Amino acid sequence: MNVAEKKARVIEPDSLIGKRIPKMDAPEKASGRTRYIHDINLSGQLYGKILRSARIHALIKSIDVSAARALPGVHVVITAADIPDQRPIGVAKDHFPLKVGRVRSQRDEIAAVAAESEEIAEAALKLIKVEYEDLPVISNPEDAIKPGAALIHPEPHGADGSHLHLKQGMSIAHKGKPDNIAMRFDYVHGDVVQGEAESDVVVEDTFKLHYVTHCCMGVSGMIAEFDASGNVLMYSNTQVPFLHKREFAEYLNIDPARIRIIQPPIGGGFGSKLDIYPFEVICLYLARAAKRPVKMLFTREEEFLASPTRQPVLLTLRSGCKKDGTLTFRQVHTLHDNGAYTSWGATTPFVMMQTFSSLYRVPHCDYHTAAVYTNNPYAGSFRGYGNLQATFAIEQHMDMLAEKIGMDPLEFRLKNAQDAGEVTGQGMSFKSCGFKDCITTAAKRSDYARKARENAANRDKPGNIKRGIGMASMLHVGGGAKIYPSDGCGTILKMDDFANVTLITGASEIGQGSETVLSQLVCEELGLPISAVTVVNNDTAITPWDVGVHASRTTFIAGNSAIGAAKKAKSKILAVAAKKYGTAEDELDLRGGFVIQAASGEVVVELSKLLRNLHFQDKAELVMTTFYYEPPSVHQDKGFKGDVSAAYAWGSQVVEVEVDTDTGIVRMTKVTGAHDVGRVLNRLGIEGQIEGGVVMGQGYALTEDLLIQNGVMKNPNFRDYKLVTAPEIPEMDIAFIESMDGEGPQGAKGVGEAPSICIAAATANAIANATGVRMFELPFTPEKVYRALHGQTPKLYWKPWKAE
Amino acid sequence: MSLKHDIEFTLNGVKRRVSVDVTMNALAMLREVIGLTGTKYGCGEGECGACTIQVDGVSLNSCLMFAVDCDGRNVTTIEGLANDSKADALRESFVEHGAVQCGFCTPGMIMQADHMLHKHAHPDEACVKRGLEGNLCRCTGYKKIVDAVVACGAAEVTP
Repeated sequence: MNVAEKKARVIEPDSLIGKRIPKMDAPEKASGRTRYIHDINLSGQLYGKILRSARIHALIKSIDVSAARALPGVHVVITAADIPDQRPIGVAKDHFPLKVGRVRSQRDEIAAVAAESEEIAEAALKLIKVEYEDLPVISNPEDAIKPGAALIHPEPHGADGSHLHLKQGMSIAHKGKPDNIAMRFDYVHGDVVQGEAESDVVVEDTFKLHYVTHCCMGVSGMIAEFDASGNVLMYSNTQVPFLHKREFAEYLNIDPARIRIIQPPIGGGFGSKLDIYPFEVICLYLARAAKRPVKMLFTREEEFLASPTRQPVLLTLRSGCKKDGTLTFRQVHTLHDNGAYTSWGATTPFVMMQTFSSLYRVPHCDYHTAAVYTNNPYAGSFRGYGNLQATFAIEQHMDMLAEKIGMDPLEFRLKNAQDAGEVTGQGMSFKSCGFKDCITTAAKRSDYARKARENAANRDKPGNIKRGIGMASMLHVGGGAKIYPSDGCGTILKMDDFANVTLITGASEIGQGSETVLSQLVCEELGLPISAVTVVNNDTAITPWDVGVHASRTTFIAGNSAIGAAKKAKSKILAVAAKKYGTAEDELDLRGGFVIQAASGEVVVELSKLLRNLHFQDKAELVMTTFYYEPPSVHQDKGFKGDVSAAYAWGSQVVEVEVDTDTGIVRMTKVTGAHDVGRVLNRLGIEGQIEGGVVMGQGYALTEDLLIQNGVMKNPNFRDYKLVTAPEIPEMDIAFIESMDGEGPQGAKGVGEAPSICIAAATANAIANATGVRMFELPFTPEKVYRALHGQTPKLYWKPWKAE
Repeated sequence: MSLKHDIEFTLNGVKRRVSVDVTMNALAMLREVIGLTGTKYGCGEGECGACTIQVDGVSLNSCLMFAVDCDGRNVTTIEGLANDSKADALRESFVEHGAVQCGFCTPGMIMQADHMLHKHAHPDEACVKRGLEGNLCRCTGYKKIVDAVVACGAAEVTP
């Protein structure tokens, strides 16, 4: 049949890219039908509970579980003594799931129970008797690095007090540490001494960043089950199923192939599920011992006590510039409160140093960090990953330097801002870069220059309400981050006889909307409506490998992977169609569920019909493709240099505030943001990411403060840990800069973490604009602001300190 | 073991008789005794609103209500809104406005918003924000939730 003779039906071009596409899982969630881990129960299931330490830092002298074991309904009670093959867990392998001989923080796990009901498990915990011998508590990282400070992980000694001979390669959990330094980072490019010599103006300040935590609305939990052959099935909220599968296998001393992880829908992630925590391994121990499925869910109080936090940082920054506004150098020393154990919080300097070295052009940069052990809660990964802290310091200094040389702060920023094509001192290569557009767009839309001028002029006028406006900008990885051997993601795509697609992706959905964006990208290639796609993304037995949801990477990496699989499917379909209809592949396209003539849009054949023909012929075939995408990024060298991400995201945010000088209350009235996201794929989804991030940043700046006194958490509840509520949110005006990244899926870059990063820094600048007073310590609670406004805040100074 | 008590009440339009521990809260009864899991545990002390239900037409935190206090009352949960056309519009508005991300707070938000729309058919933005003050959300920054509720109220005005 000649195609041209067929009665022409024309399909007009259409695109899903940039549209407002509702989340595919939203109808289920809005009906209360979605089954989160909390809602899943297996037959025969027991309930697990953990006994945590009653002391902050102590030796465990004895544990008596006999009464707990005797309680009717109790199946299993375990302590470290019952699991002789415990392996150390965590980023630095510095603790055991069930603590051995010593507790080092309030959350420490001492024993665990599996029982017929939660009530019985709780009752059993109360029957466990523990004798402690208290040790001195180190709750301040500055104390932890003092010479002669008590050690949090001392090296073990023999019974006679002698030093034990320790084997090479043993973990910190076994061999201890001769000091309290958990991790250190030293980065340098250029020569700061020369940079300082070239400077006309130098400023130095200390900044203090506080503890906050994720507060996922769904508390942590998991269900573990061993089958008759010893294979493990886990229902888990992890953000990194494939890496964790391997790690769990190590902790259980079994082959990773025997572990299957199913990820039910998750009640919030934000980085909190990036590490393996003791409760997960303990739940596996309980299930293994009980030979029954064991479910473990935190209470909200436990969620506060035993979840990771954002890491508190003490930071002294020294920056300089020339009179003409050229930045000359930046010297940074930071001290991170690691808490008692090491999780990803200790590694946030990876990201912080990028901001110090490369947000603006800085010829000389010197950065030193030590993350030190204390008896505080241990810090994990949290949206923004150190960047909120780094940006808080840098962007205040940008304003302060501009003021010192009498330059407009916008002009000063633009003069030093990065451009596309630059390679930074740290080796990051900016292929697409809309940074300057972000600055000018955010400034213009918010009328920054006029308001800043007027606010400053109104500062000394009567009235207790002072208005302020402040700006901050950010750089963050937007094309993955190559920190593991692979930063890739796999996709399996299959089409059925009716032109429906099953998209099987390694990428996890944690509420951010990845399933919808990935479906859009596939539909864009295959010319199908979004309703044609079913996404499978939550079972390691089915889905191909992915490194995990982190580093704002899913849209970029999993998106490119999904496109790769869809392109292969399309190519196969067009080849079949071209052969069947006697035309060339490149003259055909897919659109609206049809194979069409690319030039005219005229219908050649219904796609579903073509697929059926392909299937039900003598040489039967199905359209099934696979693709693995590995971004063209590189690992950093030992000096932390290298182009670690395939693309970088930029953003500028302007915050407007009203400061009540009588009460110290700061009201955030408006946030204007301009984000270089490469390209908007799903406008509804990306707005939601930005708005949510802005309000999370608002909480960091104004209301959230996890109070730890002498190692004790004072406010583990929503009454005293203040999340932002609906009436407090600012007006939000968000603009998108579409720099069309060459490597990004349809030009897009990652954005998940970006919107939280600048808010605290911009708020500090806004308060300074309103009142003339600089705030160096977060959060800006009424008390802190009031004291600062009334000259009652002593100048913070932490003497730069470098671990030897 | 704790004392049991028999209660009878209307749940989502259907008469129910259940035997509950006297110490149990309504949230635990709904989730564990009756098996309706749309009502969520977020904090257990009335701070987050994830467990919001309606009792005799008034929204409240089911974690703060004793199960036995449901006796003789008319209780509606998120599952009970499935057959309510007004609630269909609200749910659709949440979906269309992007008010759902992880979705864990969503049932509570919708129960509260539904109650609000019964009290104030066409609420403005300030009214909605005030009405949702007791419901925490960590994902959305509330804006799209507020938009969804305002739009749902406004839609009823236009013929």
